Amino acid sequence: MFTKYLRPAVFAAALLSVPVVAGPASAGTYRLTVSTAAMEIDGRTVEKMTINGGVPGPTLHLKEGEDATITVANETDEETSVHWHGILLPGIMDGVPGFNGFMGIAPGASYTYTFRIRQSGTYWYHSHSGTQDQSVLGAIVIEPEKPSPVLADRDYVVLLGDITPEDSNQVLRNLKADPGYYNYSKRTLLDFFSDVRSEGFGPTLKNRAEWGEMRMDPTDLADVTGYSFLVNGKTADGNETFLFQPGEKVRLRLINGSAMTLFDVRIPGAKMTVVAADGNDVRPVAVDEIRMGVAERYDVIVEPSGDGPYAVFAEPIDRTGYALATLATENGQKAPVPERRPRTLLAMDDMGMMHGGHEGHAMDTPQDAEGMHDMHDMHNMHEGHDMSGGAHHEGAGAPGEMNHEGMNHEGMDHGGSKPMEQHMDHEGMGHGGNPSMEQQMNHEGMDHGGGHPMEHEMDGKGHGHDGDHSGMAPPAGSSTLAQPSGWAAGFPEGAEVLAYESLQARSARSDNRPPERTVEMRLTGNMERYAWSLNGDRFQEAEPVRVRYGERVRLVFSNETMMAHPMHLHGMFFELENGTGPYRPLKDTVIVPPGKSVSVILTAREIGSWPLHCHLLYHMASGMMTAFVVEPPETPEARITPDGAELPLTLTHGSGHVGGHGSHGMQGGI
Amino acid sequence: MRRIFLASVLASAAFLGTARAETGDVVMADHDMGPFHKIVTEVDYADAHGGLWNWDVEGWIGGDAERVWLRSEGEVEDGEAEDAELQLLYGWNVHPFWDVLAGVRQDFEPDGETYLAAGVTGLAPYFFETEATGFLSSEGDFSLRLEQSFDLPITQKLIAEPHGELNFFAQDVPDRDVGAGFSDLEVGLQLRYEVTRKFAPYIDLVWERSLGQTASIARANGEDVDDTTLRFGLRVWF
Repeated sequence: MFTKYLRPAVFAAALLSVPVVAGPASAGTYRLTVSTAAMEIDGRTVEKMTINGGVPGPTLHLKEGEDATITVANETDEETSVHWHGILLPGIMDGVPGFNGFMGIAPGASYTYTFRIRQSGTYWYHSHSGTQDQSVLGAIVIEPEKPSPVLADRDYVVLLGDITPEDSNQVLRNLKADPGYYNYSKRTLLDFFSDVRSEGFGPTLKNRAEWGEMRMDPTDLADVTGYSFLVNGKTADGNETFLFQPGEKVRLRLINGSAMTLFDVRIPGAKMTVVAADGNDVRPVAVDEIRMGVAERYDVIVEPSGDGPYAVFAEPIDRTGYALATLATENGQKAPVPERRPRTLLAMDDMGMMHGGHEGHAMDTPQDAEGMHDMHDMHNMHEGHDMSGGAHHEGAGAPGEMNHEGMNHEGMDHGGSKPMEQHMDHEGMGHGGNPSMEQQMNHEGMDHGGGHPMEHEMDGKGHGHDGDHSGMAPPAGSSTLAQPSGWAAGFPEGAEVLAYESLQARSARSDNRPPERTVEMRLTGNMERYAWSLNGDRFQEAEPVRVRYGERVRLVFSNETMMAHPMHLHGMFFELENGTGPYRPLKDTVIVPPGKSVSVILTAREIGSWPLHCHLLYHMASGMMTAFVVEPPETPEARITPDGAELPLTLTHGSGHVGGHGSHGMQGGI
Repeated sequence: MRRIFLASVLASAAFLGTARAETGDVVMADHDMGPFHKIVTEVDYADAHGGLWNWDVEGWIGGDAERVWLRSEGEVEDGEAEDAELQLLYGWNVHPFWDVLAGVRQDFEPDGETYLAAGVTGLAPYFFETEATGFLSSEGDFSLRLEQSFDLPITQKLIAEPHGELNFFAQDVPDRDVGAGFSDLEVGLQLRYEVTRKFAPYIDLVWERSLGQTASIARANGEDVDDTTLRFGLRVWF
């Protein structure tokens, strides 16, 4: 089309802009150019939309307390946008077309984003137009105002990505026409015969019949295949290398900047100590593996004891390939490719509350929600549930109410369930308010439970699950193949997998009020149509969620589908209700595993219309999004924002900023 | 009358995907990705009856909730078109797995009959692709057609697809040598190799049989009541 004729000019422009980017005029000032560029993917040369001619674009280095000024020029022939993922800013600067008066950046136009940086950590940016965020993206590193409590000798961005030679809009058209279009791991007649051989005819037939009756596919782990997996834009052959000297502390800023891929990340031979999640410091927790949802970030410290080289290995959960980089003492070294992990097969448990027997679990408390996280424990947990259902509210909200402690214990004795027990330990500990104490006791509590500590944690939010659970006793109804069973399976026995429960904020939250309101957010979809939705409504028909300025709300994400959804809220952080009492970690994206629930709390202080969506690109594009509207304050006293700015009393809407030319100051945004 | 109906179906189609919701907080125009489409065409040849060609086109254009459906099938035997029909239907998604359709069917062979058509299409439990459509001809004759198929992957690319079709007439249709009741049954097993999802050569073993009174009429006319053909074809979709 028209693009072809534009291309030479676009290339020239992309080249011209490179020197500007290499040396920003002043800290926090950048110029980004969205342009098409030819790139080789999987042996094919194809055109992709890029930032400054690259996938990813340049890493933006910003500093807390400073003003960022970023001009984005659109040199393609379609509308574009750049959104700053996880950044707290005025609505119009969020860069989502149609929201807060931002109307995208027209072909040939440019737009200057300006905002005061009021946070630090690891973030990223990407287009929020159509399916462009497949390739229009880059990392953001914000230096803290006060020196970071985490010391490291080296600091590297590890931006994980997936890219397909196919046109990203065509991918969506294919999925719409046939949701199983990219699944080349379906169960076949040959699988049937091998299952019959190992498990017998009856059980195999029963298993097939159960899935068939529901018209569901247990191999439906990922919607899109054909991806090449990247670290900082390089395939395994490209061997992105991070240099270190033995004994040094290396900070790796892991960013899952992929379109559709949940990654299992590990560095064989080295522990990863997680020190930050989604840009926010957390108490160090050492793990072997991390399952990362799209758009999640974890900063990890690695202290390689030997010379290496070490592989930084990221496998997609459908195991269709891998991203591989090297931690090495000199360039040119390459670690051997680590052992590939088996692909899991979804279990009936991953169906969660869709299934008839589980209806009783409409949840108003996170306690119940957590109960959902492991169906294996479901049955012996009921009592514990009921006992402590109300307790958690207070546990999280107002430490010090003694009567609940009693209840907790009761629940524990009766229920005897592991996740619950851990929970209660935390709650009890919240009273003490001594972080190191809590951690200690927490471990004690878990040991008491009778297993090794990680198992407890993994029984929790489903974010990581030990393999032995499923390996030893496959739950009824799950496949009988040698494949690990269940979404959260697939890690080897004994591996310490990061669980959401082990994320604790570095310091206790000061605001521990219980939420005034619970907003239910059911994650729904019609796989036959490839139509994804929230509370049954696609974005086109969804009513926005409305909260008052200053209102404290709990959001409960209940996944009624068989896929995991990394849910992302723009414009603010939420506190993850993971049983850590007042140490609830801040995040902006949270994985909600299939059939499970996750709850978060937030105090609405960022006025505007904020997208709330699944960060799987084609889920969002097909409707899994809504607007989370923080209404402006009703009284003049409430008009002061946390950073001291005064707010207007009404929301301004869209139409005034068509085209997005020129520069918009902060005042235009709210 | 017929023309008006067709025109309205086409007009509705033109408006598909153009609906916009405006909530005041968000301008939706930037977030609509449709309409989408899937049109599957199968054409095959059998070395029988002096050369037997069959085609079958089936597809839709539209969004998640409403779609325009297009169907065409026909048979050419020894250079002569024996059957040829085209259906144009409008469909509403009424259940995650089911759409209700209404529209028209136009035959070109063996005669130029026109029908009102209505039915359901979707995925029945155990992954049976199912179509049930009723037809009311301009003569007032009513007939029903039930089609089912099932994809059975042998490997990821080699797919066996058993398929069947059963027709029923509420009354005799002398012009077509059809008697009231079940008129004919077609059962086949297609084996296709999906080079890509969109391009798949296949072989299809098809057995057809006239039933009931229709079979009696065929016998009286000295024709066979059953027929088995091995077809070589190509399936493409876009």
